[in-house]
Amino acid sequence: MLNFVIKRLAIAVPTLLVLIVLSYLLMYAAPGGPFTREKALPPQVIENLQARYGFNEPLWKQILVYMWNIIAHFDFGPSYIYKDRDVNDIIAQGFPVTLYYGSISFVIATITGIALGMVAAIRQNTVIDYFAVGISIGAQALPNFVLAPILMLTFTLWLGWLPGGGWNDGAWPNVIMPVIALSTSYMASIARIARSSMLEVMTSNHIRTARAKGLPEAKVVLRHALKPALMPVLSYLGPAFVGMITGSFVIDMYFSTGGIGKSFVDAATNRDYAVMMGVTLLVGILYIVFNLLVDVLYAWIDPKIRY
Amino acid sequence: MILSQTTLSAIDLTALSARMAQLDEVKGRSLWADARTRFSRNKAAVAGVILLIFCFAFAFLGQAVSPHTTDFTDFKIMGHALQYGWPDWENGHYFGADDLGRDLFARTAQGTRISLFVGVIGAVISVVVGTIYGAVAGYVGGRTDQIMMRIVDILLAIPFMFVLIMLLVMFGQSIIMLFVGIALLSWLGMARIVRGQTLSLKNKEYIEAARATGVPTFTIIIRHIVPNLLGIVAVYATLLVPEMILTESFISFLGLGVQAPNTSLGALIAEGAKTMTYGTLWQLLFPLAFFVTTMFAFYFVGDGLRDALDPKDR
Repeated sequence: MLNFVIKRLAIAVPTLLVLIVLSYLLMYAAPGGPFTREKALPPQVIENLQARYGFNEPLWKQILVYMWNIIAHFDFGPSYIYKDRDVNDIIAQGFPVTLYYGSISFVIATITGIALGMVAAIRQNTVIDYFAVGISIGAQALPNFVLAPILMLTFTLWLGWLPGGGWNDGAWPNVIMPVIALSTSYMASIARIARSSMLEVMTSNHIRTARAKGLPEAKVVLRHALKPALMPVLSYLGPAFVGMITGSFVIDMYFSTGGIGKSFVDAATNRDYAVMMGVTLLVGILYIVFNLLVDVLYAWIDPKIRY
Repeated sequence: MILSQTTLSAIDLTALSARMAQLDEVKGRSLWADARTRFSRNKAAVAGVILLIFCFAFAFLGQAVSPHTTDFTDFKIMGHALQYGWPDWENGHYFGADDLGRDLFARTAQGTRISLFVGVIGAVISVVVGTIYGAVAGYVGGRTDQIMMRIVDILLAIPFMFVLIMLLVMFGQSIIMLFVGIALLSWLGMARIVRGQTLSLKNKEYIEAARATGVPTFTIIIRHIVPNLLGIVAVYATLLVPEMILTESFISFLGLGVQAPNTSLGALIAEGAKTMTYGTLWQLLFPLAFFVTTMFAFYFVGDGLRDALDPKDR
């Protein structure tokens, strides 16, 4: 088990480094640079600015310094636009919001998705199954940026039940619509995966054995089918989690929740490369860590993986 | 007795063979013909194909049918979309007009076309690159395979949407850049699937025969491995198209993708959603309807193809 964890770490760490180098190179190669303004700055000012942000050093040194600050101090450096704020401040402002509604959506999507998929598989080709499949297909064709305006139209404009936006420190009426908009399409994907893997497991030999020895159906499902059927779902959770964070773009735009998506889009319109890189790397790091956890969990549940 | 019986049956057989000679040659059923039959029995998949034909026809013929062009500005409607911009058969704005007085029917047709275009091109790139990459990695195996797949693993860990937006912001927003960005990362999943399939193909007898007769590795991959991958590639590619459309729409929705005077379904949905609170609902609902229809159609066709081509179900 320890061997396995070390092996996975040996993949995760280089991935992280490559990600940092790639994003820095991307910024370095971009035409214009962060200090290009409509009105050209005097050369002396540009030089001073570059010295301030360390751009006068050789490229490899810039990258190493950037990398070291991130790894050793978790410091993403100063913003290129705001003089008095660094990237960490900006992330610290938006990220908790995103994490809050993202985590709720994640939990809801996972639980309802698995439940829907399992029930559909156990009652295959019944009304329940068709209903579940219908919902999951429908939800997949409705991405969050389509669902969000529909929700707002229904619950805010027509019914007037929920506030149309704002964060309000995460009061529940403000959270409902973001969570529905974020979780629906992932719930659908999870339901599809869970259903097909459950169908496969239910026809496998060990289930036949369990039935043959006279176990009640509930016990067959819960004790023998559930665990192997959940494995494919588990490996989807990493991408789903990142999807929740990415979905923050749309959620913040519609519901004015002020999460990390807003920081990123603001940075994109200001050409604040430092913030863009910081947010991208943060999501990348989260993704890598999350996948690592899922892999370890996977190996812990299924010894066959620990080759 | 025995003799007469044999003669009898001999005569019967002669007659039979004479009759058979007159019959048409029995056609063999290829795997693809089999798959076609299965596909055409699947109602959802056939409905998907019909919907797709409808969407494509609308995308390519819609602008010709419309009495207005995409850039024509109706000054009477401009700024008064709620009063005059309603969908109207009389004045030729079949889907209504937007706040700038542009005809929504023509623009939805244009947007659908560009979205389909991005989706199909993205899927084609990922098919070509992903298939070759995955087939080479799987077939060659060993260290090459390990390194190639490690590269895929690393690239997959990159938050795609964030990097795509960074690319667009840093290198300018254009359809070309969008293609480059989508193409850079869309082939990864395809490469993984193809590699897995190749691994199971490469020890088959006919590959061994080809190798024994001295066919070069690359020719084996192109002539023997790739054609046998086509089924799974077709399924995955059909499911990739809506994913690409989704990505493009998402980017355009954020205002970073397709730029005016071009438009896409994502951009139209964004515009419609912005003005939704003023009551000009048609500006959201028509593009949305085409978006959802296209997505549904591709998913249905993809699922149908999977059921038709999946060897497990045979």
